[in-house]
Amino acid sequence: MTKEYKTITEIAGPLIFLEKTEPVGYGELVHINLPDGTTKRGQVLDTSADVVAVQVFEGTGGLNEESGVVFSGETIKLPVSKDMLGRILSGAGEPLDGGPRIVPEDRVDVNGASMNPYSRMPPEDFIQTGISTIDGTNTLVRGQKLPIFSGSGLPHNEIALQIARQAKVPGSDEPFAVVFAAMGITNEEAQYFMEDFEKTGALERAVVFLNLADDPAVERIITPRMALTAAEYLAYEHDMHVLVILTDITNYCEALRQMGAAREEVPGRRGYPGYMYTDLASLYERAGVIKGLKGSVTQFSILTMPGDDITHPIPDLSGYITEGQIVVSRELHMKGIYPPINVLPSLSRLMNSGIGEGKTRDDHKAVSDQMYAGYAEGRDLRGLVAIVGKEALSERDQKILEFADLFEDRFVRQGRDEDRSIEDTLQVGWDILSELPVALLTRIDNKYIEKYHPAHKSN
Amino acid sequence: MKGEIYRVAGPVVTIMGIKPKMYDVVHVGHEGLMGEVIRIEGDKATVQVYEDTSGIKPGEPVVNTGMSLSVELGPGLLESIYDGIQRPLKVLQEKMGDFINRGVTANGLDREKLWEFKPTVSSGDSVTGGQTIGVVQETMNVEHKIMVPPTVSGTVEEIKSGKFKVDETICVLADGTEISMMQKWPVRMPRPVEKKFIPKRPLITGQRILDGLFPVAKGGTAAIPGPFGSGKTVTQQQLAKWSDTDIVVYIGCGERGNEMADVLNEFPELQDPKTGRPLMERTVLIANTSNMPVAAREASVYTGITIAEYYRDMGYDVSLMADSSSRWAEAMREISSRLEEMPGEEGYPAYLSARLSEFYERAGAVKSLAAEEGSITVIGAVSPPGGDFSEPVTQNTLRIVKVFWALDAKLAQRRHFPSIDWLTSYSLYTQGLSDWFSENVAPDWVPLRDNAMDLLQQESELQEIVQLVGSDALPEDQQLVLEICRMLREYFLQQNAFHPVDTYCPFDKQYKLLKAISKYSDMAQAALESGIPMKDILSVESKDELAKVKYEEEFDSALNVVMEKMDKEFAALGGN
Ligand SMILES: Nc1ncnc2c1ncn2[C@@H]1O[C@H](COP(=O)(O)OP(=O)(O)OP(=O)(O)O)[C@@H](O)[C@H]1O
Ligand SMILES: [Mg+2]
Repeated sequence: MTKEYKTITEIAGPLIFLEKTEPVGYGELVHINLPDGTTKRGQVLDTSADVVAVQVFEGTGGLNEESGVVFSGETIKLPVSKDMLGRILSGAGEPLDGGPRIVPEDRVDVNGASMNPYSRMPPEDFIQTGISTIDGTNTLVRGQKLPIFSGSGLPHNEIALQIARQAKVPGSDEPFAVVFAAMGITNEEAQYFMEDFEKTGALERAVVFLNLADDPAVERIITPRMALTAAEYLAYEHDMHVLVILTDITNYCEALRQMGAAREEVPGRRGYPGYMYTDLASLYERAGVIKGLKGSVTQFSILTMPGDDITHPIPDLSGYITEGQIVVSRELHMKGIYPPINVLPSLSRLMNSGIGEGKTRDDHKAVSDQMYAGYAEGRDLRGLVAIVGKEALSERDQKILEFADLFEDRFVRQGRDEDRSIEDTLQVGWDILSELPVALLTRIDNKYIEKYHPAHKSN
Repeated sequence: MKGEIYRVAGPVVTIMGIKPKMYDVVHVGHEGLMGEVIRIEGDKATVQVYEDTSGIKPGEPVVNTGMSLSVELGPGLLESIYDGIQRPLKVLQEKMGDFINRGVTANGLDREKLWEFKPTVSSGDSVTGGQTIGVVQETMNVEHKIMVPPTVSGTVEEIKSGKFKVDETICVLADGTEISMMQKWPVRMPRPVEKKFIPKRPLITGQRILDGLFPVAKGGTAAIPGPFGSGKTVTQQQLAKWSDTDIVVYIGCGERGNEMADVLNEFPELQDPKTGRPLMERTVLIANTSNMPVAAREASVYTGITIAEYYRDMGYDVSLMADSSSRWAEAMREISSRLEEMPGEEGYPAYLSARLSEFYERAGAVKSLAAEEGSITVIGAVSPPGGDFSEPVTQNTLRIVKVFWALDAKLAQRRHFPSIDWLTSYSLYTQGLSDWFSENVAPDWVPLRDNAMDLLQQESELQEIVQLVGSDALPEDQQLVLEICRMLREYFLQQNAFHPVDTYCPFDKQYKLLKAISKYSDMAQAALESGIPMKDILSVESKDELAKVKYEEEFDSALNVVMEKMDKEFAALGGN
């Protein structure tokens, strides 16, 4: 299949249309030879006996009807190898670090196949990130997909890096790797990640895919797929526990929208394609643990919410697919609290299977629930105090109001390099809860109060 | 007859050269991918393909099976997990490993397994469609009735007894019709029934807010709309676990793989509260997760409801959970837009509302063709974008279903679970079920419940005032209402699905809890009237202790202790 066609009849945005081809497969990889000698790559979007539509990754700039089109006869594949570790690749999988090409152990379709639900092992291994608002109240487990919902200008990158540095499964030293995929982030942001990876030596056990802000948007559509393909390969062929960081999902979705518009599709909410849920699911669902295999893929992606709006289609559809979300709050950030994670809208759905006796500690759930209840009520009371003044509050309510402050100041706030063990986190929890009257601890079984409450422990 | 592929655009493939009927199942391409004809136009037909179409080319062959998409019905459905087109995921795993590749076919029912068939008719008997001709013990507690297919009748010429495979003939009619334990039924066609009744019995779910405030009837329909993370899946799973139903069909439609793995992991371990047997023995799972092909997602709800109808026809109470019906609607939208159909509201096809009502219409309490009484209760999760209930799927669903369990993000955020909003939710069965509750729970259950609802309504009005002036400014009797409502919310409505005891609350316990709160309310009111200070009434210790009795293994005795203490404390306050 090396035949070159010069039958382009139309070029529209990132799309080209050709006629009079041999039968071409749906989703095939396409090489386009430009008159100036450069080549571009693309993918077949629609194929019929009469017309073939191709989406061009690097954009259609410089293309004309003289350009030659070669169909590769196969779908997009990523050459994979264990030697990818330590390498920096482009968003399309080409080496960027001046190193040699990857000598493939295998070539794998980047779209991946869907994991058979019957083969899945429910994730349950607690990952300690050292951050209390995650470990204590929104616990991450191996094989989970738990994104950070943030906003522009908030320290989501710091948080992601702190997690990448600190994440461990206590008591386990199984091989661990990071796959990092940048999608449309700035060069400066990318540098920030790269420097940290280099400084901490993390790069050796990382595979980096970079599609930066000035790289073609269309390429962004395959970047995360490349990254996840590499991750799955390391996890399921080389028994590694892989943490995948995709950033920024919002840029990915913008690229999807752009493609949809170019194809003149009927747009869904706010102009994003109607199939965006399914498309995002084809990324997020590539996380998990397989019965009988040692490795795992955990996703901790970053998404900046346009206008800090959690109901915007990008965070909204993501939230419907991922197993929770960690929400970074501008309000806490302005208060000077790091990490400014607001636990109330945050959630880890797999928390229940990762905590408790034998995993973290028997009182974990109760402590977490009680802190939530107290913090939620305390924040409501802040609203009320603003109107009626603190004096109008009952004694009980004043205590709860103070608890909310304590929670932010001692539980949420921690150092950028402070790596709290789960015991430390729960201890902080009990310390601040003990400032409340015991009768208000309605979510905690008496047996835990007797076992862990500082007032009981001391006597 | 053979045709060929003309065009491939994602899951939608156009074929030519054959003349299929609408909804015929065809196999496309060299790999024989399964698809269904959804449009016919001139010499071309459009097919939605249930598998990934990457690499498929125009010109590849197409074969028409001439049959519509059907499921296999017979022993072996229970304990199975299927994809949207009834391929057993276990078999797919054996055939192709941990990832689902395409072009693999697998029978819905195991052809090798032998089942012990016990006939219940003899030769010479005349039988009609739907009639039971024998039974198979499918799982320890479920007797699977082998029925004459709905469209068949005649005189039994020969009937066998013993161990057979599902496709072996076990009965021959005088006209030569052979009947096996397996029948096929086209999924898009409801199985016929003799008649439908108005549902009169509640589905007891062991969930206080559902049973207590917004009950659904056996044979009824309910919707659970809510934003992400508000508790749709947990609620559906609670219903699948604890409902007093004979059979559960659970459809994971376009949702998470891990959630299905969770069910698969947990259900064999959990006990059916009614029979004590593993829950899996009464369950059929359909898992077409969000990353599996959309066309098969579209089919999954039909596959599920057809299986439900089959067990209903045997005279069983079946509950069907669809999580999430929105993903099904989106699959319709996606296919429709590929067909370049004229979009309706928010891009959904104009027939969205018709499809939804056709689906929910397949619920109901019925008398089957063989005069058995069975039911299908359908509970659909709805996932509105941005949590906004004014969108088309929620609105069209609410027009059909009789019970509305509205999930609220604010409640979920403060970890009030189940985060069902008691002010906006409703059940249109409440009245119709009142007699049943009065007879089977307690004569005063209905007034107790109505009173609780009234108080909760009052609370929301009072809260508005509190927001302006603080609670101390309210008169004492209103402060008491607020306190009672807090108790109702925290002690009664909140129920932790992950607590070993609290996860399931028998009706008797629901009644006693509500009664206990009401008793405190009465005593407090009386004390207030006799001039006892509010502060003292509120600091009654037994009131706070009541918060935790629901978690006690020995509920009755724990409650007694608390209530006796309450009597003493109020007596000590004097006044009454
Ligand atoms: N009854 C309950 N008891 C305790 N926790 C609950 C309960 N209901 C929901 N939750 C908590 O809320 C989380 C989210 O619930 P769930 O997964 O059911 O949401 P959902 O509405 O199905 O979301 P999505 O639309 O994204 O699937 C659960 O992981 C659990 O932590
Ligand atoms: Mg859900």
